[in-house]
Amino acid sequence: MLRILVLVLGLLSAHGALAVQPDEMLADPALEARAREISKGLRCLVCQNESIDDSNAELARDLRILVRERLLAGDSDEEVVQYIVDRYGEFVLLRPTARGANILLWISGPLMLAVGIGLVAVYLRRRALGAEPTPKALTEDEKRRLEDILRS
Amino acid sequence: MIVELGHFALVLAAVVAVLQMFFPLVGATRRWPAWMAVADPAAVAQFLLAAIAFGALVWAFVTSDFSLRVVIANSHTAKPLIYKISGTWGNHEGSMLLWVLVLAAFGAAVSVFGSALPPTLKARVLGVQAMIGVAFYAFILFTSNPFERVPFPPMNGQDLNPLLQDPGLAFHPPFLYLGYVGLSVCFSFAAAALLEGRVDAAWARWVRPWTLAAWVFLTIGIALGSWWAYYELGWGGFWFWDPVENASFMPWLIAAALLHSAIVVEKRESLKSWTILLAILAFGFSLIGTFIVRSGVLTSVHAFANDPERGVFILAILAAALGGSLTLFALRAPAMQARGVFGMVSRESALLLNNVLLAVSSFVVFVGTVWPLAAELFFARKLSVGAPFFNVAFTPFMVAIAIVLPVGAILPWKRGRIRRALWQLRHALILALALGALAWAVQTGRSALGPIGVALGAWLVSGAAVDLFLRTGRGRLVERLRRLGRLPRGDWGRGLAHAGLGIVIFAIAGLLAWQKEDIRVLKVGESFTLGAYTLTLENVHEVEGPNYVATEGIFRLERDGKVLDRLRPQKRIYPVAGMPTTEAAIDQSLLRDVYVVIGDRQAEGGWAIRSYIKPFADWIWMGAIIMALGGLLSLSDRRIRVATAAARRPPAAGVPAE
Repeated sequence: MLRILVLVLGLLSAHGALAVQPDEMLADPALEARAREISKGLRCLVCQNESIDDSNAELARDLRILVRERLLAGDSDEEVVQYIVDRYGEFVLLRPTARGANILLWISGPLMLAVGIGLVAVYLRRRALGAEPTPKALTEDEKRRLEDILRS
Repeated sequence: MIVELGHFALVLAAVVAVLQMFFPLVGATRRWPAWMAVADPAAVAQFLLAAIAFGALVWAFVTSDFSLRVVIANSHTAKPLIYKISGTWGNHEGSMLLWVLVLAAFGAAVSVFGSALPPTLKARVLGVQAMIGVAFYAFILFTSNPFERVPFPPMNGQDLNPLLQDPGLAFHPPFLYLGYVGLSVCFSFAAAALLEGRVDAAWARWVRPWTLAAWVFLTIGIALGSWWAYYELGWGGFWFWDPVENASFMPWLIAAALLHSAIVVEKRESLKSWTILLAILAFGFSLIGTFIVRSGVLTSVHAFANDPERGVFILAILAAALGGSLTLFALRAPAMQARGVFGMVSRESALLLNNVLLAVSSFVVFVGTVWPLAAELFFARKLSVGAPFFNVAFTPFMVAIAIVLPVGAILPWKRGRIRRALWQLRHALILALALGALAWAVQTGRSALGPIGVALGAWLVSGAAVDLFLRTGRGRLVERLRRLGRLPRGDWGRGLAHAGLGIVIFAIAGLLAWQKEDIRVLKVGESFTLGAYTLTLENVHEVEGPNYVATEGIFRLERDGKVLDRLRPQKRIYPVAGMPTTEAAIDQSLLRDVYVVIGDRQAEGGWAIRSYIKPFADWIWMGAIIMALGGLLSLSDRRIRVATAAARRPPAAGVPAE
């Protein structure tokens, strides 16, 4: 009974535990390594934030096989990626291109760093040159409290 | 009955929170002591009521009360007790209840430990804390009430998501929440300081332990989550740059920055407005994180509540909290006067650089996380931002931090000299470069990642050692070593935390650079070699768990003909939830993990097998735990204990002489 249950449920959830299946892999290790590297940069369309290299979904498997077919056909890495992007859109790229508005995304970090360093430099100059401001006079409350402390 | 009691307690807690918000805040403005005094009993009462409400929900889960909607959706009688309990917060409604419980707990803690605080500051802190509470009580009661009953209870529940039925993940959310919500105290202190119009060394000293505690909890929570991903998701990944992970990482980075800038406020009375801003941002990022997780606006594995209505509610809370506090900041911050004067090269400027790097790296994570949303809204482009982007855009900041950290840590206050600092660090520098070169020589013809990681890790760890040693002053070596044990715990905490960061950086680089992977079909009785090891598939059989059935492979792990271990990876199926999970089998040791996963039965016979050698994998979490320990050690430092001891004494100048 248990055995049957396992079998049935196993069939129901056909995409099991593994991402890259042994039968998908190419015989040529160099080509296979390239396929893996490309797969890591392509998003599984039906998954959430997983590359096709990591995903268990059927569609990811199809894409992995497609990548390998293109490689066998002699495409370069860029051509394979372009082939997939042409069919599925730039949504599949886990590493967004630096074209168009995406330039904002890529330069936001360096730009912010430059701004930050600039602000810090200005601040540091002021701190290095500025004199210590004279401390503010005590408020009435504080004076009273100081007297209390001094008296006790 | 108990459920109704819990529901009632929750409503009551909300009412108490309203009182705790109104009276102390008005009282502090008008200087009415009686009104301000409402804050203390209210904070404690609110905590007790929230605890009763939460306890009632735990009770409902433990007794499998299937008249509650959340229990039906997230529990099952066959589930082990620990996951019945953890199921309480393994869903949207319950986790929000945990959120307010932690919020109320922190409020009560401020009330209990904060008796040394000036009365107006304390009243305002607790008032602001209650204000956040009111928003979240409203959120729970109006959009996600965990105590909602169904008219016709089913016989059994739908089970908890099997991925969540795991010891690592059972305790991941509570720690994360302690961290997220702990930052609310910093936020309340910041808002209160703005209302008071004054920030001084004493304020920074009160804020630091709370920041430190929140940061420690966040560190542990993130480490637990990453450890869980490592052994549960089946390919040994430990960080995916998933929006939800980023949501917890951004507050962590900002909290780390806040920790350091508060030191400058305390010791040197500078960076005041910046520190206030960081305190606001730290909690702001916690709220953004909550929004990301709860609204499911950025789809991710973790989003179990995809409900736009809830998302809008949290967005409103976020807008009110950030908008309100930033407006207050704009009005009041210019009045914060910096006192300390310091040179271009000094510990102050080193801490400032640390702050810039941490804040900008957090900003990069933020931009990357929300970019898909922004691109779709403003440029009509559907695109993804995944791990490859973050690896490129984020890593340089961590490398920069690792390079400057040991130098900054030993620079003196006010004015220092870089050459002198480098001279003091010469042994650490030579050691780091030598180890990096050694790693480069041993691994022929691979990426520079490994050697760089080794060099940076060694630089940080030995730099932390030098830092501690320099603290011992002058004199003979033996004397200095003896003095090492008597250093304040804060010094040791700093050393440990910095060394822990070094270990994490080294481990991540080492794992990524040197891991070995093998994918193949294996029949029972066959074996294969993986690096220096031999793995033999001895048997495959079925196993029945309490609420799942599993296919289990038994592997013999050998090295040089010696049997090291039997590994039993499983492929589980949870019939009720109708979902498979993989349970990797891991042979752990100090230098490497052997990681085996079993997959589907193949048509031509045999099983799909994935196996890895993961060098230094456990060092990632060890390093994180060392960082957290460093934080705890600092937290137990005498100065902080003295502050709380002073708090227990009655105020000296309370009663005016008649």
